[in-house]
Amino acid sequence: MAKKAYPTPMLDQLEGGPWPSFVTGLKRLAEDKDYVVDLLGQLELSYKTRKGYWKGGTVGVFGYGGGVIPRFTEAKDENNKPLFPAAAEFHTLRVMPPAGMHYNTDVLRKMADIWEKHGSGLIAFHGQSGDIMFQGVTSENVQPAFDAINELGFDLGGAGPAVRTSMSCVGAARCEQSCYDEATAHRTIINSFLDDIHRPSLPYKFKFKFSGCPNDCMNSIQRADLAIIGTWRDNIRTDEVLAKKWFAKHGMNELVNDVVARCPTKAIQLKEIKDLKAGGTVSAVAVNDTHGLEIDNRDCVRCMQCINVMTGALAPGKDKGATILCGGKRTLKIGDLMGTVVVPFMKLESDEDREKLVELGHQIIDFFAENALEHERTGEMIERIGIVNFLEALGIDVDPNMVAAPRTNPYVRTDGWDEEVAKINAKKKVA
Amino acid sequence: MSQPQMRRAIESGVPDNRQFLHPLLIKNYGNWKYHDRPRPGVLHHVSHSGDEVWTVRAGTQRQMDVFTIRKLCDIADRFAESHVRFTIRSNIEFMVSSFAKVGPLIQELEASGFPVGGTGNSVSMIAHTQGWLHCDIPGTDASGVVKALMDDLYDEFRREEMPNRVHMSTSCCEINCGGQADIAIIVQHTKPPKINHDLVANVCERPAVVARCPVAAIRPAMVNGKPSLEIDEKKCMCCGACYPPCPPMQINDPEYSKLAIWVGGKNSNARAKPTFMKMVAAGLPNNPPRWPEVSEVVKRILHAYKSDARAWERMSDWIERIGWPRFFEKTELPFTKYLIDDWRGARANLNASTHIRF
Repeated sequence: MAKKAYPTPMLDQLEGGPWPSFVTGLKRLAEDKDYVVDLLGQLELSYKTRKGYWKGGTVGVFGYGGGVIPRFTEAKDENNKPLFPAAAEFHTLRVMPPAGMHYNTDVLRKMADIWEKHGSGLIAFHGQSGDIMFQGVTSENVQPAFDAINELGFDLGGAGPAVRTSMSCVGAARCEQSCYDEATAHRTIINSFLDDIHRPSLPYKFKFKFSGCPNDCMNSIQRADLAIIGTWRDNIRTDEVLAKKWFAKHGMNELVNDVVARCPTKAIQLKEIKDLKAGGTVSAVAVNDTHGLEIDNRDCVRCMQCINVMTGALAPGKDKGATILCGGKRTLKIGDLMGTVVVPFMKLESDEDREKLVELGHQIIDFFAENALEHERTGEMIERIGIVNFLEALGIDVDPNMVAAPRTNPYVRTDGWDEEVAKINAKKKVA
Repeated sequence: MSQPQMRRAIESGVPDNRQFLHPLLIKNYGNWKYHDRPRPGVLHHVSHSGDEVWTVRAGTQRQMDVFTIRKLCDIADRFAESHVRFTIRSNIEFMVSSFAKVGPLIQELEASGFPVGGTGNSVSMIAHTQGWLHCDIPGTDASGVVKALMDDLYDEFRREEMPNRVHMSTSCCEINCGGQADIAIIVQHTKPPKINHDLVANVCERPAVVARCPVAAIRPAMVNGKPSLEIDEKKCMCCGACYPPCPPMQINDPEYSKLAIWVGGKNSNARAKPTFMKMVAAGLPNNPPRWPEVSEVVKRILHAYKSDARAWERMSDWIERIGWPRFFEKTELPFTKYLIDDWRGARANLNASTHIRF
């Protein structure tokens, strides 16, 4: 039995309504723990005053420089004594999830037992970087809590100017759109950066995210410094049985309006069966006895729309891999940036393929570590120095797939033009 | 006295997920053929091998107490097959090998207070941040805003009646940890930080703070004989970037930290290229515990989108078709001068054409 609860008239209003309530969960924990009684007291104060009361500090585990988010209360009385002393320290352990965030009940129960014993009993699945957030632990209990989690086979994630925890989609484990083995790539890349995760010493954070197809369920293009997004080079695959089944259910209006008309590059045409021709770069499939779809794969930008609508009837090709984009981030400091293409296509099938991705990651992070200003993200650094300088440092040749359009102004010195053309021609000859 | 022996961490990194995968997922890894959705909240995946797996998706409060976690585990052990996963939006998924298990599993989840849904063209759970519960720089709460909104959007989570999927996010400061979304709710400060000059010299690394300002509005200064910082309040656009490295520059204010609504962010490459979201409303009060003014605007936007967008149009696709004037007309939101971009690259957001819908 814990001490008596504080009145929480504002938080109480978040117990009503049909959605699961975190307040009800906290109150259940508060039945056994003074720690959570005081947490609720401080949270109610925040609701009343509309102010936050946590400050950071320095708390860690032996051997690591990051992974713990320290929180000390600033809700204090006139004598500088905490108003809610039991919850004066409320740190979070960031723990890296398995790829695809798969668990079994056995490991979840063990996590719950560890956190009930050492922490507040509050766990978030998951934070915005992908971490399992074990929320609420005193400075004294940080080490034993981590030791137990670590013995269970889990490790701390990143915090501060470090390589951060990564996320990957459900991917090959349960999705027909998967274009590479996301889980193996995720684990291989991230586990090659453990030193940079556990001992923050970069100019700022660096995030990898892994999405198996251009639907980008991990939001990698705007959330990751390096986004690895699955794609394919050959023709869209077709399945006539599923295409006919789809058409029988959905009809001509949906085929025209949702599939043909929504193709961003008009690569799909509706044709009468007698004109339908597959072969070369063209995929074709009949949807009934009179009509079919023809897709010119040279014009297709692999956006996924038609495949999303007619899943199974249309499918990604067999020559799969990933497009690598660099520089995504949110607002601070220069404004939002999407990642942009640095490698249009990379195979990710063998260990050797993945080793190339590991090498690229290390090359980029080495360059970032040496050239970014303090608190500057990769995208901001590229914006400052120009992507051509960035690519030259990485030894990556420029490619028209990297731009939306060539430059629209003449403000450039082109006196190296002939040499560049000669270099390109020489490379073409070797290839 | 000897030092206690410290345990050395096992730097194991990301654990192998194969130990947690449902056996059918291991067996058919990389070999799935297609999926369909027998009803909202249920996915049915079919493998090239002929194997089938059903997934039931349910909403959670994300910040879960151990009793809730154990309850979900009990349900997974009794009604499913003990293998679960979480989506990026904190929904939990239960994988089962037969359709017969789907009905009883749904019944048990809903009876236990976990709404089944969040698939296809639903409004899924809101991606959110930490807020007053745990963040050191929050302008508002996160879990509470989300709970209040999801209570209101409960039916939309459990149905698939939107034109396309709707992803939402909330963020308790302008750093926007919640990320791009079809509809995002983000704190928008309206007054420059209040500086506690007694503390700056001891707490803040002043050159780093000066460098952090996006508009170079901060400069070193002596105030009351102490080294501190001052702000050119005419330049300051109240982003709060100085506050994390220098807590004595308090940006949060119970009255002047407002909420803004953004729309049309999309990460997927489907149809149009990924898009950034755009600010369409600001000045909403930070009004705990249920933020009714925010909820009202969000519902108004959702209603206009639901009734007007065509099949497969995400928020951004819909607005691209109807145009911004009609968006503001249909949502009855005021288009003020503050919504016209004046940051770098702003001209790209002006209408350099005669394309006007009358």
